[in-house]
Amino acid sequence: MTPDNKISRIQELVYEIRIGEVMKRNVITISPQTNMSELRKILREKRISGAPVMDGDEMVGIISIEDFIKWLADREHDCPISEKMSKDVQTLYADEPLTQAVNKFERYGFGRFVVIDHQSRRLLGIITKGDIVEGLLKKLEVDHYKEEEEVYRRRVEHFFEDILADKVVLLFQYDVAGHDFKRAGEGASRLKASLKRLGLDPQVVRRVAIATYEAEMNMVIYTDGGKIRVRVEPHGIFVKVADSGPGIPDIQKVLQPGYSTAPEWVRNLGFGAGMGLNNILKCASKMDLKSVVGKGTQVYIRIDTKDGAMSETN
Amino acid sequence: MKLTELIQKLNLSVRSAKMHLDREVAGGYASDLLSDVLANSKEGDLWITLQIHQNIVGVASMKDLAGIILVNNREPEPETLEKAEIEKLPIMVTEMPTFELVGRLYSLGIVGTK
Repeated sequence: MTPDNKISRIQELVYEIRIGEVMKRNVITISPQTNMSELRKILREKRISGAPVMDGDEMVGIISIEDFIKWLADREHDCPISEKMSKDVQTLYADEPLTQAVNKFERYGFGRFVVIDHQSRRLLGIITKGDIVEGLLKKLEVDHYKEEEEVYRRRVEHFFEDILADKVVLLFQYDVAGHDFKRAGEGASRLKASLKRLGLDPQVVRRVAIATYEAEMNMVIYTDGGKIRVRVEPHGIFVKVADSGPGIPDIQKVLQPGYSTAPEWVRNLGFGAGMGLNNILKCASKMDLKSVVGKGTQVYIRIDTKDGAMSETN
Repeated sequence: MKLTELIQKLNLSVRSAKMHLDREVAGGYASDLLSDVLANSKEGDLWITLQIHQNIVGVASMKDLAGIILVNNREPEPETLEKAEIEKLPIMVTEMPTFELVGRLYSLGIVGTK
């Protein structure tokens, strides 16, 4: 994207975004009886540079750090804020586009504007130039992120178009370290991101990711580690999770919901509730579990692409 | 309801992904068991838990949850925050216990089943 494009996007955004979306909602207000000498403490503690002055429900003025500095410079005696505040309060409506705010900041040179509701005229928020910049950056970042994903997707689509074959099979492998809770789940996370980029149905991607995550967790909790191998074919995804021991003595028992041999510290982390294999069963079109004590365990998971429409919950 | 609105109404403190609070919250799920959340939460749900270790980020992004609220003033571990920033997953904290928070969420229209 050229710099010129960026500028026009910002120009577009100031018409697109409403003031209500970027203003700060938790407005700190000050009563007109507050003394000028107390103002500094309030502004510093609340980290604000100005505030609307409210007499009950009615907004009677606005006071800012500029007013405070002027009061200091003039070396006047202490007095209520109501004597030094600006009484002519310029307001903006929450449903106006951002460009209105930009114009008003330019015209008046104020540091902040009070935002009110168009109909009820009630105080809704306050907006500074900083809020506008933050709001614009936020939208631009979201745009940028979407663009990035789009680039990835297009790249993958081209990749498939370029391959000439009767059948294309993709293979992924993730190595999992045993007992490493810091990295636990990384394999499944990376797999999920990759499948998403392939443009697969989000529901299918989620099923594969959850089933793989649970199998990966079992490997991290109970074994010295192993490998996740994933084969992506047009009609389905095949996941094989294999470790090299210790193996499961009684497979029927571990398939019972709630059965777990997890140690206390693992349970305290919210794992080991005996739900993992059941979660895999729920997500999978077919699951197979093979284990030999002393040799290792293999979990085979198949998720058919046509099962995509089914929710992974229930 | 948008996440930003809930944050304001319930006075939640945001700990991660501050630029990604625009998301619509579809519902809620409260549990401290990770497998339970994987099995029963739904896309767009807010997850209420007291677990603070980094695997909560993995679980939430697996299920495409809208965010996590940590209860009882519990603070996420530094690694949890690091991961949450990468995944652009909002984590919020509150001093409320689970029961109180869920009640407040429910009365704001965030429900558990659709």
